[in-house]
Amino acid sequence: MTQETTMPLWKQDGAKPFIQIKNVTKKFGEFTAVDNVSLDIYENELFCLLGGSGSGKSTLLRILAGFEELTSGQVLIDGVDMANIEPWNRPINMMFQSYALFPHMTVAKNIAFGLKRDNVPKKEIAERVAEMLTMMQIEAFADRKPDQLSGGQRQRVALARSLIKRPKLLLLDEPLGALDKKLREETQFELVNIQDKLGVTFVVVTHDQEEAMTLATRIGVMGNGIITQVDEPRDVYEYPSSRFVAEFVGSINLFEGRIYEDEVEHVKIKSKEAGCNFFVNHGVSCSPNQKVTVAIRPEKMKVTRRKPEQEYNCLHGQIIDIAYMGNLSIFRVKLKSDVIVRVTLPNLVRENRNPLTWDDFVYLAWDDDSSVVLTS
Amino acid sequence: MSIATGTFWLGRYDTVKTRFSSLKKIRWGRYSVISIPSLWLALFFFIPFLVVFKISLAESAIAVPPYTDMFAWNVEDAIIDVKIKLGNYLYLFEDSFYLDAYLSSVKIAAVSTFFTLLIGFPMAYFIASKTGTMRTLLLTLVILPFWTSFLLRVYAWMGFLKKNGIVNEFLQTIGLIDQPIQMLQTDFAVYIGIVYTYLPFMILPLYTTLEKLDGSLIEASKDLGAGPIRTFFLITLPMSMPGILAGCLLVFIPAVGEFVIPALLGASDTLMIGRVLWDEFFQNRDWPMASAVATMMLLILVVPIMFLRNGKKEGAE
Repeated sequence: MTQETTMPLWKQDGAKPFIQIKNVTKKFGEFTAVDNVSLDIYENELFCLLGGSGSGKSTLLRILAGFEELTSGQVLIDGVDMANIEPWNRPINMMFQSYALFPHMTVAKNIAFGLKRDNVPKKEIAERVAEMLTMMQIEAFADRKPDQLSGGQRQRVALARSLIKRPKLLLLDEPLGALDKKLREETQFELVNIQDKLGVTFVVVTHDQEEAMTLATRIGVMGNGIITQVDEPRDVYEYPSSRFVAEFVGSINLFEGRIYEDEVEHVKIKSKEAGCNFFVNHGVSCSPNQKVTVAIRPEKMKVTRRKPEQEYNCLHGQIIDIAYMGNLSIFRVKLKSDVIVRVTLPNLVRENRNPLTWDDFVYLAWDDDSSVVLTS
Repeated sequence: MSIATGTFWLGRYDTVKTRFSSLKKIRWGRYSVISIPSLWLALFFFIPFLVVFKISLAESAIAVPPYTDMFAWNVEDAIIDVKIKLGNYLYLFEDSFYLDAYLSSVKIAAVSTFFTLLIGFPMAYFIASKTGTMRTLLLTLVILPFWTSFLLRVYAWMGFLKKNGIVNEFLQTIGLIDQPIQMLQTDFAVYIGIVYTYLPFMILPLYTTLEKLDGSLIEASKDLGAGPIRTFFLITLPMSMPGILAGCLLVFIPAVGEFVIPALLGASDTLMIGRVLWDEFFQNRDWPMASAVATMMLLILVVPIMFLRNGKKEGAE
């Protein structure tokens, strides 16, 4: 395998995007749901739009499906402007959050619906429906009505129905939202496998960052109608571009501070809240003495009772809360400045002879490359 | 071993017993809840119907009330004479007049129901597609005519439809016709009257089903390649079937027995069973015959509805 084929499309210069969203704005009366969004999505991607409720992610998805008219901007799919193409003529299918299965039709008829509308020969419809039923492991329910199915089964039927026309693009609105935790985890991996097998481009809308992390090739984080960051899951988590992203994806500790030494390869930051100075081994483009936020993930910190030998990145405080989660424990540590810091530690051994406990004084320290400086 | 089995058996017996008693409790609760409407139906529908049915089996007589008794006591020999006349019912079939009246009523009611549906569906759909104040306003407009006397509204239609009425005058003014058209005292006027009067009964149940219709189903259909017209026939129409059925029954049943509208708007030869009933009762003073006509009408209406209900239940399963 050459380097070129393994490199994802979005990292290649001059690769042709499959979906081009150009300066799209959608207003409902005075309310701007989507605000001047531009985004390229490439073929075979599993792109996740991640955001809270009211962030505009669902509106953006409905724009792609053709259910919302644009206030301004342009959407191109495979190079074709979608402006005057009705939903029923688009090479797109959608899996609805409520699944929207037709209650008066059997599972088989629900799945066949899209093919029948395209006047596919009866024999081929039967074959393709059977194939889809097998793939989704729902053969046994072919003659049942949707209200006789469990949530997980309905989800499969909805997925089968939206995939049967072999669309170039599949839109999924909170595809796992209605499933319980265990089923959700299984289905997550299954979705990825199906996407890989069929080679369909997926655009998924979700509010669940864990779901986005496991599914996505890239994540677009949305808030207030704006896409704030588009990156691969790891980068969104490890290198959030703004406070908003840092706080939305995973949990994080934030400290206000002021830069007092700004070099190309590192910055030093003074923080009253933290009661110590920070050393971050990446340069920051900012004005001297600027106010910045230093962000550190809870699992990146080491917890010790004895003061570690490092000048920077070392907090001191008292444990006020412990939550035992099984695989890890969450500690809430109160600093002198009354700021509460969240730390997680993996429970590596079953019995700890000298466990950290309530009211213990501890030092929290981390490496130069563990924290991120946020300027916005 | 035996002890274990014994307790097991006891335990099972216990649960069976408690289950049974709780079941009974629930049933009593249910009975008491439905007893009031049941009592109401028995008092004001079933008993009167039995009385009518009894009269229909009597003979017309010049008496007060104008029919013969069903039971006659022969005290001396302790004999109850029961006299049942089936002739009234046989006469219904012998004289084609009654059959024609039934058929004509059913036809007029069916055609009116069809047009009520045709007009009512788009209206209900439109109202259901609106939100907030607009929806409330439109619904109020649908119900508003009920605040005026029904008779007054039918009279208003007479004003519209008569020879020198508003419709004729208007058509003459714009030059579409030279001579006024005979509209009043035709079947056409009866259709207009029935459709107008019963439209709200069609719109309201249709509105309730259409309002509950999940919009994402429509979107899913469009997303899968069905245009608006196909989506309507494949999704919207089948999904609103309960409302259509309820609306049609609410219009059809009273329309079959309608008396006032054909009497006021219809021609003298507009044959409807309600009118026949009236004539038998008040003109001929033949109570048994009138009762037989009424009983037969109930049968004609109830039997198809029962079939419809059964069909619906099977469909649901």
